[in-house]
Amino acid sequence: MSDLRTLLPEVLLLGGAVGCLLLGSWTPRHRQERVVLLAGLVVIAAGAVSAHALGGAATTAYSGTVTVDGLTGILRLSVLGSLLVVLMLVRHELADSPRESEVVVLLLLGGLGVLVLGASTDLAVLTVAFLLASIPLYGLIGLSPGAAAPEAVMKTYLLGALAGIWLMLGAAVLTGLTGTTAYSDLDGVREAPLAAAVGGVVLVVLGLLFKAGSVPMHFWVPDAVEGASTTAAAFLTTVPKLGAVVAAARLLEALPAQERWALLVAGLAAAGMVVGNLVALTQGDVRRLLGWSAVGQVGFLLAVVAAVPSVGEAAAVLGMFVAGYAAANLTCFAALAAEPDRRTIADWRGTGHARPGLVGALGVGLLALVGTPPTGVFVAKLLTFEVIIEAGLTWLAVLVALSTLIGLAYYLRWLAACLTAPDESGTQDHEPAEGAGIPDVGGSGRRMAVGVAGGCAAVAVLLGLAARTVLGTIG
Amino acid sequence: MLSVLVLFPALCAALLLLPVPDRIARIAFVAVTAAELALVAGMWAAYDSPASGALAFEQQLSWLPQVGASYHVGLDGLSLPLVAMTTLVFLACAVFVLAEDDRPRLQAALFLALETTCLGVFAAADLVLFFLFFDLSIVGMYLSIHGWGHGDRRRSALLFFLYTFLGSLALLLGFIGLYVASDPHTFDMVALAADPPLQGSGTTGVLVLGAVLLGLAVKTPVVPFHTWLPPAHTDAPAIGSAVLAAVLLKLGTYGLVRIAMPMFPDALRSWAVALVVIGVVSALWGALAALAQTDLKRMVAYSSVNHMGYVVLAVGAAGLVGAGSENGAAARATAISGAVTQMVSHGLLTGALFLLAGVVWRRTRDYDLDAYGGLAGLAPRFSALLVVAALGSLGLPGLSGFVAELQIFAGGLATAPWAAVALLGILLMTATMLRAVQRLLTGDVGRLSVGFADVTPREWVSVGLLLAPAVWWGLAPRPLLDVLEPAASVVADLVAR
Repeated sequence: MSDLRTLLPEVLLLGGAVGCLLLGSWTPRHRQERVVLLAGLVVIAAGAVSAHALGGAATTAYSGTVTVDGLTGILRLSVLGSLLVVLMLVRHELADSPRESEVVVLLLLGGLGVLVLGASTDLAVLTVAFLLASIPLYGLIGLSPGAAAPEAVMKTYLLGALAGIWLMLGAAVLTGLTGTTAYSDLDGVREAPLAAAVGGVVLVVLGLLFKAGSVPMHFWVPDAVEGASTTAAAFLTTVPKLGAVVAAARLLEALPAQERWALLVAGLAAAGMVVGNLVALTQGDVRRLLGWSAVGQVGFLLAVVAAVPSVGEAAAVLGMFVAGYAAANLTCFAALAAEPDRRTIADWRGTGHARPGLVGALGVGLLALVGTPPTGVFVAKLLTFEVIIEAGLTWLAVLVALSTLIGLAYYLRWLAACLTAPDESGTQDHEPAEGAGIPDVGGSGRRMAVGVAGGCAAVAVLLGLAARTVLGTIG
Repeated sequence: MLSVLVLFPALCAALLLLPVPDRIARIAFVAVTAAELALVAGMWAAYDSPASGALAFEQQLSWLPQVGASYHVGLDGLSLPLVAMTTLVFLACAVFVLAEDDRPRLQAALFLALETTCLGVFAAADLVLFFLFFDLSIVGMYLSIHGWGHGDRRRSALLFFLYTFLGSLALLLGFIGLYVASDPHTFDMVALAADPPLQGSGTTGVLVLGAVLLGLAVKTPVVPFHTWLPPAHTDAPAIGSAVLAAVLLKLGTYGLVRIAMPMFPDALRSWAVALVVIGVVSALWGALAALAQTDLKRMVAYSSVNHMGYVVLAVGAAGLVGAGSENGAAARATAISGAVTQMVSHGLLTGALFLLAGVVWRRTRDYDLDAYGGLAGLAPRFSALLVVAALGSLGLPGLSGFVAELQIFAGGLATAPWAAVALLGILLMTATMLRAVQRLLTGDVGRLSVGFADVTPREWVSVGLLLAPAVWWGLAPRPLLDVLEPAASVVADLVAR
């Protein structure tokens, strides 16, 4: 019973998902707002329970297969907050569409999977959580309107299936080496044959990297962001990433304190940062730009993870980065949702004049993603430098700095386009791209999206200002 | 008290975002800036030179103890005159725009927010706070040029923003270098000046200081990073140019005396000769370029490059420890005092020049110097103000510009005699200013001078607010120098460590 109480937010999400599914099945299409409302209430309730549990001592549940500590707490709040924002975007973008309730249910289930993924300290639970987190993702991308969605979901599904198999294979190898699936016994890997140990760990990490959307399992991210609806894109670049990096951090902490595991993650982080940011520089489509930027951003998150085994404060920094990144990323996607027809950077010219509030929120979001003071990502990046250098990975710190600079280039390019005069041709405005098929949004819906963007931007800045409280809560 | 001074304008800016009538907004703008000036005057009267390394009116609030960053503000002899000059300039701008009707409420809100950021940079005693206000000032000025400018304003604003923002990133890199090298890790400026972390670290210190100097060089600006300045000034609105020249350029040079000199003593000594050379080149280049201009605003913009060149020269000369006679320490202190006096004086005089250029724009929408002539007869009050500002700008004794340049060269030439070539800059600037005055005011009445109305009371009050202290401090600089000199000698000693 106490196990259920420890995992009450997750249980609430599960109950909410089932409830929304049942309610949605008996709701007429034009009255689906009640499903979104129920989901929102469930998320808020789960958030309240998580906030209440914050600051308590670390506990485990279900025979030590899941851990609820400060890091889980901040993951819960970030994921639940992101779910709330995404639910608002559902109402904005998919109102009265045929699959609205299904999307809500998939969002809740995906969020649940991510929460369990981040909390798990057992390889078997990790595998189950991976599946629970991945399958709703396929559904979310596949249910999106538009001609690019089937290709995107195909890519995601195939890569996800491969990643899932690798994860299970790696988990099996590690279980064979240590005798149990629990993380606490992973120390036995120290005596295992090197090839087997490295093979097992690498396979598990690669599986997690699919969810994180990081190199080398990143190929699905740009296509998925481009082809899916803005709601699904916002969800899949934010939420799975958070759980995957926390899961990677827990795995790394559980492995014996040998340098090779941290170096492995550091190398993958470096690859992610460099590839993601360099390719993002070449993108002209704003969605693909945000997709590749997400690939680059997870490199930064993994850099902190690489420092987790050796530096005690790295877990708190990871939590700060997770929360700050979620707020900043969602700001940009909410801004996209307010102007779904503007697909390329050139389309965004002149929006500074036409929609100053929106461009203001977008500007804060983009600069928050880069990490300008006083946002949460700035504080997190500052502390990231400190923990990485303390962990002895100075080369990684230099790469983080360089990648941040590269990131600034393409974010500013977009912002600069917003602030330049619109094209003289005049016909360029609001021409939907080939096969966009994104549903038309009414005037009030756009205002809601701008409000959501503004709210997320405010949270991104507040996280930085209240950094001490946030860092103290994680411990 | 200091936090009230810094943050009160931003609070009023937020209130002005509500839909108040334009008339109320304009009056509020004047009232708030006047209140700020009164507050600064009170603080100046209550000011007592703090001990070496300490700050007056200090306030500190913990923000990120793990990182050593806090909300830490304080003033000393270097920042107090700059804060006073800032409030004076903003008040003059508020009075100047009483007559304008292009979205006055939003403009007032923007400039009040900008005032907070400028005061925040001068008052900051924490590097993160410094950087935060530094960047926000860039955003504020961008919005001013983009929203209220003329000509090719969008491109000029974007050029200004990108150039100075990238420069500020180099600055941030330097700050992070300082943070990483300090033990315990901190961003606190007082702690870093007391115990410079990169002292004796050789190349590392030189490189980190190089990053900081790059960021400050773009902001100052010095040749060759100055190309954003002329377009930004020309296309900005009158009060935008005034604030940009008077206050924002000082953020860069203030960083030199507040950050580069106390926190990198030995690295600065390595950079000192380069700084003197850059200062001399900037001074001469700026003066030569100004001489060639036919556009009034571009001419004044290049004169700013010239004046800031003298400041960089003085900072470099102050870093040449060991050169000169046993009076070397006094000479270096004089150079630093001259640098800050030049900052204050240039702020007042160039602010006045840009407001006068704004008067010209209001009348005829044209800055072409050759199209005017004979304004002295048509607009005598305008001519008087322009002549005073021009003479102060070229460094005529009796105005604050002379006090500044005398100190700079007296102190600078004692340690770097070869920098005397920069005196040519004074000669060139004299020629420039006199030619401009001649083209505008004397001779036959030009095409654009016909019907040129003289300055209205609002206009001459605002320009007079800036010129009066320039004349006063030119004739009686003791009140200013009594505040500056102790702080300048403290910095001179810090650099010699």
